[in-house]
Amino acid sequence: MNDNLYQYILQLSDNSMILGHRLSELCGHGPSLETDIALTNISLDLYGQTRSYCQYAAKVKGEDFNEDTVAFLRTEREYKNVLLVEQPNTDFAYIIVRQFLFDAYHLPLLEQLKNSKDEMIAAIAAKSIKEVSYHHRFSSEWVKRLGDGTEESHQKMQEALDYLWAYAGELFEESQIEKWAKEEGIGADLNAIHEEYKKDIEAVFAEATLTIPEYDPYQQGGKNGIHSEHMGYILTELQYMQRTYPNMTW
Amino acid sequence: MIKIDNQIQEILESVSDPEIPVLSILDMGIVKDAQQKADHVLITITPTYSGCPAMDVIEEDIVNAFKSHNIEAKVDTVLSPPWTTEWISENGKQKLEKYGIAPPMNETMDKKALLDGERIIKCPQCGSTNTEMVSQFGSTPCKALFKCQDCLEPFDYLKCI
Repeated sequence: MNDNLYQYILQLSDNSMILGHRLSELCGHGPSLETDIALTNISLDLYGQTRSYCQYAAKVKGEDFNEDTVAFLRTEREYKNVLLVEQPNTDFAYIIVRQFLFDAYHLPLLEQLKNSKDEMIAAIAAKSIKEVSYHHRFSSEWVKRLGDGTEESHQKMQEALDYLWAYAGELFEESQIEKWAKEEGIGADLNAIHEEYKKDIEAVFAEATLTIPEYDPYQQGGKNGIHSEHMGYILTELQYMQRTYPNMTW
Repeated sequence: MIKIDNQIQEILESVSDPEIPVLSILDMGIVKDAQQKADHVLITITPTYSGCPAMDVIEEDIVNAFKSHNIEAKVDTVLSPPWTTEWISENGKQKLEKYGIAPPMNETMDKKALLDGERIIKCPQCGSTNTEMVSQFGSTPCKALFKCQDCLEPFDYLKCI
């Protein structure tokens, strides 16, 4: 078994899964019917991608692993998602800024992974990129609409950006696994993605009349399994069925 | 287009998309290959969207459709090349419109309608193009929600991917 490959797939998978989970919490709670449907549709796309990654991870892992054990039966430290995606749905501004920061990273990431030497990762990326361009379209439009909206919506968006900015930097900090994947031609080059990302967010935030915070330090740890206090609560809910009824299927 | 033996084709025609029952899985363009093996038929399908919940049902429906003809079928799913709305057959597009879902336009027109708010999507009820997008995401991830300004009916538009 190639443990590095397994770990790299998990990282891709966990970002989609945990953000997908956060969005799924909004089902029936969106601020309007259209946004409720959009956010849960985005969640469904992310879960679909997660499923492809988990099936592949299980295959790479071998033994008696399957998509469910990979998705649901790991301990907190074995989840490799960035801290950004586990941040709570504080209000709609937080939800939209979190989504946009992730989409602005996700889109160029998939663009690179489309050319991965690993055929399965390339296939999943080529499939996902079409869906993620719709996510990016949705989140960037809401950033502009609310940022350049009323005084109150602008203030809330700026507050969300100021808070979440501390979690954006981690996206571009290369972990050991990402370094390995890049050198093998399997993974992406985070520096190149960072350049694309900067151009994208600068343009969108400028149009939204929002100010990108000037501070650089950021929270980190998620890529190595060290999570924020929110993660335990997420996993409790996410793993409930498989922990309570081991090996259950639909 | 794939070459399929007549009987296999007929059986596949009878399997419909559970979310859009007027379309067969052949109309949708999700069947990539059908091969007669020694003791079974191997059908290869590709998902429309990664998270499309219809895929598991479609797989079961294919197996059951063949079973009713006493043929054993196995289904394989591939992701590459990714499905595109261009694979929906002309016949399929007509059936969609009749069913009340505006069929996907080409990519350029699609962008104009979804991004620039141009009024070019034809209302499947009255045929007017005086239509407006209500939401980029509709009842399923593959559809956007529109409203016709002439007959005032809401309708789904199958997004181009």
